[in-house]
Amino acid sequence: MDDENVYTALSEADTDARWAYGTGFDDPMAGVDPTVPDGVDAADLAVYCQMLGDDALILAQRLIEWTANAPELEEEVALANIALDLLGQARWLLARAGQTEGAGRDEDALAFLRAEHEFRNVRLVEAPNGDFAETIVRLLAFATWRLALFERLTGSRDPVLAAIAVNGVKELTYHRDYAAQWTVRLGDGTDFSHTRMEAGLAAVEPLVEELFAAHDVERRLAADGVAVDPSGLRPGFDAVRDEVLAAATLARPEVAGLAGVSGLTGRDGVHTEEMGRLLAEMQCVARAYPGATW
Amino acid sequence: MVTRMGGAAEVADVDRDGGADVDGAREAVAREAAARELAARVADPEMPFVTVGELGIVRGVEVDGDDRVAVTITPTYAGCPAIEVIRREIRARLGAAGFASVEVRTALDPPWSSDWITAEGRRKLAAAGIAPPGAAPARPSGPVPVTLSRRRPAVPCPACGSADTVELSAFGATACKDLWRCRACAEPFEHIKEIS
Repeated sequence: MDDENVYTALSEADTDARWAYGTGFDDPMAGVDPTVPDGVDAADLAVYCQMLGDDALILAQRLIEWTANAPELEEEVALANIALDLLGQARWLLARAGQTEGAGRDEDALAFLRAEHEFRNVRLVEAPNGDFAETIVRLLAFATWRLALFERLTGSRDPVLAAIAVNGVKELTYHRDYAAQWTVRLGDGTDFSHTRMEAGLAAVEPLVEELFAAHDVERRLAADGVAVDPSGLRPGFDAVRDEVLAAATLARPEVAGLAGVSGLTGRDGVHTEEMGRLLAEMQCVARAYPGATW
Repeated sequence: MVTRMGGAAEVADVDRDGGADVDGAREAVAREAAARELAARVADPEMPFVTVGELGIVRGVEVDGDDRVAVTITPTYAGCPAIEVIRREIRARLGAAGFASVEVRTALDPPWSSDWITAEGRRKLAAAGIAPPGAAPARPSGPVPVTLSRRRPAVPCPACGSADTVELSAFGATACKDLWRCRACAEPFEHIKEIS
C-alpha cells in the first residue's frame, strides 16, 4: 500500500469510495455497547435521542447556509466548524436513537427520510438565520442552553448519552464563547451594530421559552436518571446570558414565548412554516435517489 | 506465515505448562505488536505528516486466538470527518496484512485529550508549522464559566519561536485547530487546541 497517499484505502479497499460528506457512512457508534440500562424505556430513550439529535442537526443545517456568505473568512470557518461539531453530535445521537428504537433505521434514515412532523427539535433551531447579529443571538441562546443541559447529561444513567455529553461539553464551550464574544463586540460596538443586536434579540426571544418546557418523555426519563429535565436549566441559563448581555450593553427583551398549536410545539413534531423549506433542501437529494450513497 | 517479533520478556507472564502454549503465546504477542504498529502508522488524512498513533487516536489493539484483530479508536471531535478515512485505512492495512478479520471500534469515553499527542507527534506538528498544544486544562467539575475576553496565553510561533503571537480565530481548517498570527515574523499559523 502506498504510504504517501492516505486516501488509497478509499479507492482500493472499497468500491464505493467517497470522502467526508454524504450518506452511507459507517455507523459512528461502531463498537460502542448498545445496551439500554435496566428499567429504562427504550422507546422513550429513542425519542429523547432524536430530540437532542434533531436540535443539533437542524441548527447545523442552518449554520452551513453561512458558508460562502459570512461577513469574513474567519467567521465563515468558525460557523462551519460549529455546524460540523453539531452534525457530529447529531450523528451520534441519531445513531443511538436508531439503535434503541430497534426498527432498523440508521442515522441517514432518521435524518433524510423522516417527515416534518417526525422531527423533535425545538423551534428555535429551525428559524431562518436572519443577519449575522440574529445568528449570533440565536447561537448564544442555543449554546448556553445546550451546554447547561449537557453538563448535567454527563451524569446520565445511559452510558452512551453520558459519553456523548462529555464530548459535547468541550465543543459547546467553544460555541458559547464564540457567540458571547461576538455579542459583546456587536452590542458594545457601534450604534448600528447595537441596533442590529437588539433586533436579533427581539426576533429570537419568543423562541427561547420553549427550551425550558419539559416534554413527557423528558420528564419520564429525567425521573429515571437518564435525561435532563430542561425546566431546571432556566436559572443557570439566565445568569450566564444576562452576564453576557450586560457586558454587551444589551437587555433581554420581555416578550411572550411563541405559542404552540393546541399547546403542541417542536418537541411534539409541530413546527413553524420554515421547517418544511429547510427539510426540502436538506432531504431532496436523498429522496430523489433512494438508497444512493455519495 | 507469522513473523516472530516477541522476546522472552514479552511472554514472561504466560503460564508455562507446555512449550506449545509458550509458542502460541509468543506468536499472539508478536501478531498484536505487528497489528499495533500497522494501525498506529496510519497517517492522519488531514495532517498526513503525523500518524494516528502519534495523535493518540488509537487507544487499543487486541488480537484474539483466531487472529481476529480489534482496534479501538477515539475521535478527537464528534464531527471530525477524518475518522471515517482513518477507520477505513486501518481496516485496509490490517486486512492486507492477512488478519482473519478486522474490527475498528469507537470508544467515546474517556474523550480524546490533546495531552495524548506523543512527543514525536508534537515534534512533527511543529516541523510542519503547526503549533502543538500546551497542557490541556482540567475538565471543570461544575458549570463552565463563560469567557468574554479573547485574550489567551500566547502560543509560541512554530516558525520563529517568538511568544509575541495573537489568536486570530478560535476555529481553524479542522475541528481540532485554531488560528494564530505571529507579530514578530508576521506569519499566520495553526495550533492544536488544548482539550481534555
